[in-house]
Amino acid sequence: MTAKATRQSFGEALAELGAKDPRIVVLDADLAKSTMSLPFAKRFPERHFEFGIAESNMIGAAAGLALCGKVPVVTSFACFLTGRLESIRISVAYMKTNVKLVGTHAGIGIGDDGASQMALEDIAAMRALPGMTVLQPADDLETRQAVEWMLAHDGPVYLRLTRQKVPDVHAADYRFQPGRADAVFEPAKRSPKLQATVFASGGTVGEAVEAARGLESRGFAVRVLNCASLAPFDAEAVAKACADSQRLVSVEDHNENGGLGGALCEAASRVGGVPVVRLGVRSFGESGLSEELYEKHGLSAAHIAEACIRNL
Amino acid sequence: MTETRISDADVELRSASRELRSDIIRMIAKAGSGHPGGSLSAIDILAALYLKVLRHRPAEPLWPERDRLVLSKGHACPALYAVMARCGYFPRQQLDTLRVLGSPLQGHPDRLRLAGIEASTGSLGQGLSIALGMALAARMDRSERRVFCVLGDGEMQEGQVWEAAMAAPKFALENLTAVVDMNGGQIDGPTREVMDIEPLAEKFRAFRWEAREVDGHDFKALLPALQAPGSKGRPVAVLAKTVKGKGVSFMEGGIDWHGKAPTAEEAARALRELEGGKS
Repeated sequence: MTAKATRQSFGEALAELGAKDPRIVVLDADLAKSTMSLPFAKRFPERHFEFGIAESNMIGAAAGLALCGKVPVVTSFACFLTGRLESIRISVAYMKTNVKLVGTHAGIGIGDDGASQMALEDIAAMRALPGMTVLQPADDLETRQAVEWMLAHDGPVYLRLTRQKVPDVHAADYRFQPGRADAVFEPAKRSPKLQATVFASGGTVGEAVEAARGLESRGFAVRVLNCASLAPFDAEAVAKACADSQRLVSVEDHNENGGLGGALCEAASRVGGVPVVRLGVRSFGESGLSEELYEKHGLSAAHIAEACIRNL
Repeated sequence: MTETRISDADVELRSASRELRSDIIRMIAKAGSGHPGGSLSAIDILAALYLKVLRHRPAEPLWPERDRLVLSKGHACPALYAVMARCGYFPRQQLDTLRVLGSPLQGHPDRLRLAGIEASTGSLGQGLSIALGMALAARMDRSERRVFCVLGDGEMQEGQVWEAAMAAPKFALENLTAVVDMNGGQIDGPTREVMDIEPLAEKFRAFRWEAREVDGHDFKALLPALQAPGSKGRPVAVLAKTVKGKGVSFMEGGIDWHGKAPTAEEAARALRELEGGKS
C-alpha cells in the first residue's frame, strides 16, 4: 500500500493532461509550490499565470478566461480560495463559467500550520452554490481520474485536496464516476443487518477502512462508502444503506455541519427511520500532527469504530 | 478618426443619446424600480462604445472576434439594455419587460438570460477582473479584440478592483480599457464623503496604467479616449467625469435618484424635457 498526498496526484495529472488540451490554463496566487501546480507551470509557462496574493482577482480573471474558451484551473489553499465566496458566487457559479477551483491543504489534516490555514467550512459553502460540482478524492488513482473528469466537464467544479499523504483505498480497476459513492470496504458477513454504513471522504477514508477492518475482526459488520462526490451526492447509496444498516455514520475532515454529514442527513431524511451519527470538526483547527489532530477531534479509526457500535 | 468624422459622430451620438435617455426613463418608470441616476450618467459612455467603438455583430452575439464589454456597475443595466436594443440585439419593445418575471432583462445583467451580455454583474468590484481574464485570453489567441470594462466611481472602493489594477500592467494588457463613470454619488451620499477615491488618475498612473481624464458627456473628448488602445504594455483608464441623472433637470446631481424609479408624472416630465431636446 502506497501513500501519497492527493495534491501531488493532482499536480502530476494536471501536467500530463495539459499536454492533451491547449485550452487548459493554470492560475496561482503565490502557492504554486504548495498546491503542486508547479510541474504544469514549468512545462507550459505560456499557459501559467501568477496572480500574486490576490485570490479574488484570480477567480474573476479565471471567469474571464473561461468566457473566452479557456479551461482555467485556479489553485490555492482551500481556505483562501473558498474564502473569496462572493467572487466565486457571481463570477463562477451564477455565471456558470467553466472554472476549476482547486483547494489544497483542506482540513485539520494539514497539521502544524494551525487554524488559519485549515478550511473546515469550504464544502458547506461550495455545496450551497447551485450548479457547483464538489469533489474530494480519497487516493492517488481516484484523484487522477477526478482531475481528468473535471477538465473534460463543462461547468464549475471545486476539487478539495489533502496536504498530508493518504493511503490507497481503491483497487486498480476503479473508475471514478461523479455523483457516485463507492464501497471501499464490504464486510464478508452480515446478519441480519450491518451494524453501520460509514460515509467517508478525502483524508478520513483510510481511517474509516481501518476502523471497519478492526470491527470485522471483532465480529461486527460495517461497510465503508467513499464519497468523492459531495455535490451531486449519491442519494441512492444512502437509501440503500438505510435499508440494510442499523445506523449511518459520516466522518469528515470538515465542520460537522454542512459538509458530508449535512449531505448525508439531507438524503437520509427522505428515507427516514435510521439514526445518523456525524463525526466532524466542531471548532476551529489548531496546530499539531495530522494523526494527533484526527485523534483529538474524533476522526481517527478508533473514534470511527466506537461511533459504529456505541449505544445510541 | 479625423476631426470631421468626430464632429459627425458627435451629432449622431447626441441625438441617439437623447433617445436612449428616454428609453431609460420609460423602462424604469414601467418597472417601478431601478437605477436612473447611474444609468443616465453612463449612457453617453455606453452609446459611444456600442455605436462607434466596439467591433461587434448584434445579429451574431457570439462572434468570437467581437470586442468585449463588461458592465461592472451592473445596476446601470437599463442604459446597457437601451443601447443594445438600439443596436438590434433584441426588439425595442422588450425594454418594457425590465425586471418582470421571466424577462431576459433582469434587474442586473445576466449573461445566461440575454445574448450579448458578456458577464453577469451586480456585485460590485468583480468586473475588472473578468475583463482582465478576457484580455489575457485575447492575447493568448493573438487576437486584436479589445476588452472594455465600465465601472462606477463608488465601485473603486472595492479592494478587488485594485487587485485587478495591479495585475493588468503586469500582464501588459494594452487591449484592456477601464472606463470609470465618475458621477460622484453613491447610495449613502457623495463618493468623496462616503469613502474618497481621489486622486484616481494618480492612483491608476501609480499602478502603471495610462489614465485619460475626460468629460464623460462630451463625445468629442470621449470618443478619442475610448478609441485608442494603450501602448507600451499599459492598460488604459478613461476617467469620465459625469453627472448623476444627466439629462433630466430634477434628477441631475441628486443622490436620491441613485436607485429610485420616477412616478408616472415625474417620468412624463422627464420625457418632455428629453424630447424637447433640453439636455
